[in-house]
Amino acid sequence: MIRATLKSLAARKLRLAMSAFAIVLGVAFVAGSYVFTDTIDRTFDDIFGGLSSDVVVRPDLPGETDIFAGFATGTTTTISSDLVDDVADLPGVERADGEIENQSFFVLDTDGDVMTSQGAPGIAVNWHDGPAADGDPVLRLVDGDLPAGPGEVALDDRTFERSGYRIGDEVEFVSTGDEPRLTAELVGVVRFGEGGSLAGASLSVFETRYAQELFVGGDDAYNRISVTAADGASAEEVRDEISAILPDDFEALTGAEVDEETASAIEEGLGFFNTFLLVFAAIALFVGVFLILNTFSILVAQRSQEMALFRALGAGRRQVTRSVLLEALVVGVVGSTLGLLLGLGVAQLLKTVFGAFGLELAGGLVLLPRTVVVAYVVGIVVTMIAAYVPARRASRVPPIAAMRDDVVATESSRRWHLWIGGALTLLGAAAMATGLFADVDDAALMVGAGIFAVFIGVALLAPVLATPVLRVVAGWYPKAFGTVGRLARENALRNPRRTAATASALMIGMALVTAISIIGASANATVDRALDDGVRAQFVVSNAVGQPFSPSIAEAASQVDGVDEVVPVRVSGGVVDGDQTFLQAFDPVAYGRAADLPMVEGSDDLSGGGFLIGEQQAESEGLSVGDTVRLQLPGSDEEIELIGIYGQSPLLSGGVIVSTQTLEDGAVPALDSLLYVIADDGADLATVHEGLDEVTAEIPTVTVQDQEEYKESSRDQVNQLLYLVYALLGLAVLIAVLGIVNTLALSVMERTREVGLLRAVGLSRRQLRRTIRLESIAIAVLGAVLGVALGLIFGVSLQRAIADDGLDQLSVPGGQLIVFVVLAAVIGVLAAVWPARRAAKLDVLRAITTE
Amino acid sequence: MTTQPSSPSTAARAVDLTKIYGKDDTQVVALGGVTVEFTAGAYTAIMGPSGSGKSTLMHCMAALDSSTSGQVFVGDTELSKLGDKELTRLRRDKIGFIFQAFNLIPTLTAKENITLPLDIAGRDVDKEWFDTVIATVGLADRLSHKPNQLSGGQQQRVACARALVSQPEIIFADEPTGNLDSRSGTEVLSFLRRSVREFGQTIVMVTHDPNAAAYSDRVLFLADGLIVDEMTDPTAEKVLERMKGFDAVGQQA
Repeated sequence: MIRATLKSLAARKLRLAMSAFAIVLGVAFVAGSYVFTDTIDRTFDDIFGGLSSDVVVRPDLPGETDIFAGFATGTTTTISSDLVDDVADLPGVERADGEIENQSFFVLDTDGDVMTSQGAPGIAVNWHDGPAADGDPVLRLVDGDLPAGPGEVALDDRTFERSGYRIGDEVEFVSTGDEPRLTAELVGVVRFGEGGSLAGASLSVFETRYAQELFVGGDDAYNRISVTAADGASAEEVRDEISAILPDDFEALTGAEVDEETASAIEEGLGFFNTFLLVFAAIALFVGVFLILNTFSILVAQRSQEMALFRALGAGRRQVTRSVLLEALVVGVVGSTLGLLLGLGVAQLLKTVFGAFGLELAGGLVLLPRTVVVAYVVGIVVTMIAAYVPARRASRVPPIAAMRDDVVATESSRRWHLWIGGALTLLGAAAMATGLFADVDDAALMVGAGIFAVFIGVALLAPVLATPVLRVVAGWYPKAFGTVGRLARENALRNPRRTAATASALMIGMALVTAISIIGASANATVDRALDDGVRAQFVVSNAVGQPFSPSIAEAASQVDGVDEVVPVRVSGGVVDGDQTFLQAFDPVAYGRAADLPMVEGSDDLSGGGFLIGEQQAESEGLSVGDTVRLQLPGSDEEIELIGIYGQSPLLSGGVIVSTQTLEDGAVPALDSLLYVIADDGADLATVHEGLDEVTAEIPTVTVQDQEEYKESSRDQVNQLLYLVYALLGLAVLIAVLGIVNTLALSVMERTREVGLLRAVGLSRRQLRRTIRLESIAIAVLGAVLGVALGLIFGVSLQRAIADDGLDQLSVPGGQLIVFVVLAAVIGVLAAVWPARRAAKLDVLRAITTE
Repeated sequence: MTTQPSSPSTAARAVDLTKIYGKDDTQVVALGGVTVEFTAGAYTAIMGPSGSGKSTLMHCMAALDSSTSGQVFVGDTELSKLGDKELTRLRRDKIGFIFQAFNLIPTLTAKENITLPLDIAGRDVDKEWFDTVIATVGLADRLSHKPNQLSGGQQQRVACARALVSQPEIIFADEPTGNLDSRSGTEVLSFLRRSVREFGQTIVMVTHDPNAAAYSDRVLFLADGLIVDEMTDPTAEKVLERMKGFDAVGQQA
């Protein structure tokens, strides 16, 4: 039996290769995302691992440090040089080096463009030659001289190579300090660690005294102390020794502890990226299941005589099942292997793309045993699951079928499908509704599982739905295309189950694309609406790179002719009652002039401290005016009072609002994230725009936008995300297209005699190709129609569910949805090319006389 | 009696037609230089033992297969010069087919199957002629049925009607009764003969059944790729007798 199975496998290489392709793509995605994130992981480990000194002393921040790093605000709390001396004098300490570090100091290249890629920090430090824990220096001079005084700088070698500067040139910088623009002479080039890679960041090195002037207000102070333990003293002993003499708001950690903290913060950040890719891998595999299920179903149906012969010759039902599953196993193993290889290719491609954007990943790809295991398990299990149903069906072929030519494998009853499909759809819909509208834990999981169940349910119902939909989709064929049209329509309708299963794969992709497009359009509509209705400020000043900027800009902007008022908005992380929270800081009274901020309860005057919160959040947290919460900031820890509750406001998500003073008291650097600019009544807006442009000209990353430009840029951001998601969902669509190709090719093979007869009585090759093309279009459009319908339901209910969280405008991009359906028809045409050509090439005589 | 035209024209003919399969050592001569004419308005049967080349002759005459050398004419058209497009059009407009089995498209109704060649060509159906044909084959009440709702005999009659309805210059029938019981077979054969007698249709039929051959006007006997004999006004007994001769020859060889 095994030999017979393998032989029949070899005989149908092409068909199996096509179903294996779905597995290859799905596994490639899974393997690719693991390999890529592992590679990033390794790169960061290499960069940060072992670079800390034996012990690090730093200001004690509440919560985890990464939320502060995330806002690039850090803290203004500094370490005095006296404390550095005290630490250096401890018996277990060999040396203590004060360090200054700023993460918002960007190098401009010779063209005046910011050199770091999006999100990567521009790091500035002071020079010292203290060693890392492994005894090697963190920075080494590789060319020129060390910066020895004011106006001198050294750059890291990677940045230096890309910048176009030569030693002796004046280098330009942009910073968040009081001096937004700075120039310094390039005197030397340093290398960071062993490899020199900074993963896209830039490094500027200054002499200590000058760095203090630039970054800590000229005090003889530091941000951090790197401590080297004396011979014979362990890092832990030294840490405890230092802790004993440290004031309350500082902490000492061993280098290993710092490294671990950094690593886990990075892992968390990458974890999201990995999950993101894995979700698409899951979608690809899910769609692949339909393709494999369908391919095996057709193959089993076509081989029912062969199966029956096996049965007649004495093979047991289980043996027949097993032989089909064995085929699936082989397909799964081959598909997983190829998928793994392709996954390495995908990871390499991502690595190259990231490299092109400046995030260089050193070394080769990382292939962990875990990746290999997951790739094979996923690939094989998915294939086996998809093949199980056809395999069971194969075993039910009665032996008598071998003797007759009109018995095909029994199709399991439609009713069974209806019941299960209906039940799954309802259950899925209920789960979705619960997750979306009720207040439950794991809402996302409920929604995800619900969508999954609805997909399977609708796929099971699809054969029943297919017939009426096809009657509409292909109903006009006979009128438009005559007999050719009639043949195409009847062919699409003759096996609704096969047509539906083929279309289901496309349905899933289309449903997701539709839902995403609705969310995207709604997001755009929401922003438009908010700006149209609730924002009175004519201009918004923001930083394209997402970095905050110096308050001096707000100051200068308010001096521009025709400017009535400038409202700065600051953001920071903070810990509220133990939870890490996103804080916004501004003057609510001024903000109220720039945009709607309707107060529901209490006062909006934060001048005496306290905080505001949105209506929804107050309710879910159980807060009312007069209650207090504990707010921890880098330099403060105090109870603050809720003094007011605000209602729906454009551009605010309902979070905590404090005064800028509260942030500054908490040692959060005074940096603005956004400025709203209100012009004088009757001022010429174009002139004001020009004036503001002049103010921000110094900093290339900070831009002035009027309402239209602001809308445009926020729409661009939404669209960029949409295109990324579309591109990834394109993979699912590609698999669906292969499914259509496969089904058509198999159907043509099945209908060889029919094709021969049609050709004999005078159907031309062209007409034959058109017949197949029309059938293909019918299948594709069926999938698109079902998908768009489902996507509409998903998209609208998702929007309804998060309407309260700010996405309150529903927008259904009708034109886009029509484009999707038209695209599906085009997909149908493309999918038919190969099967149609094969059919047209059939030799008429041989086709008629095949058995 | 027969109402043959006084000066019979030729519906199709072959001149020194050869068909050779394979190459060199493995080559098989299916047709060894056949010259034959099929008179318009006549019912010709082609007989011969298996492997005699009778099916190959028909496939070559019917533009389903290409010849190795020699010429085939359907009407005045010489086939060897035609490409696939022209051959397809020729089959569609000038030739009717009745195969042994699988004559009908399962997704189309009987009526749609009958008008299929006309529909493919985009030609209008001659309503009067259609009704005449339907009445002759006796399918008036079965027109909206799909093939799987028809008996084997009914299916073959639908195939006959399809061949007739486009009024081709010649109909080729390949063992049209091979899959039928004798009663259904008789029905189909007498129907074919009526269409020759009453409508002046030209029919060429390949068969191995002497009883079927007896319905024709003329029987051609093929053996080893050559026409070895012919017989006019055949009866089943005479044909059977002649075929026995072949068996004897075959056994001697």
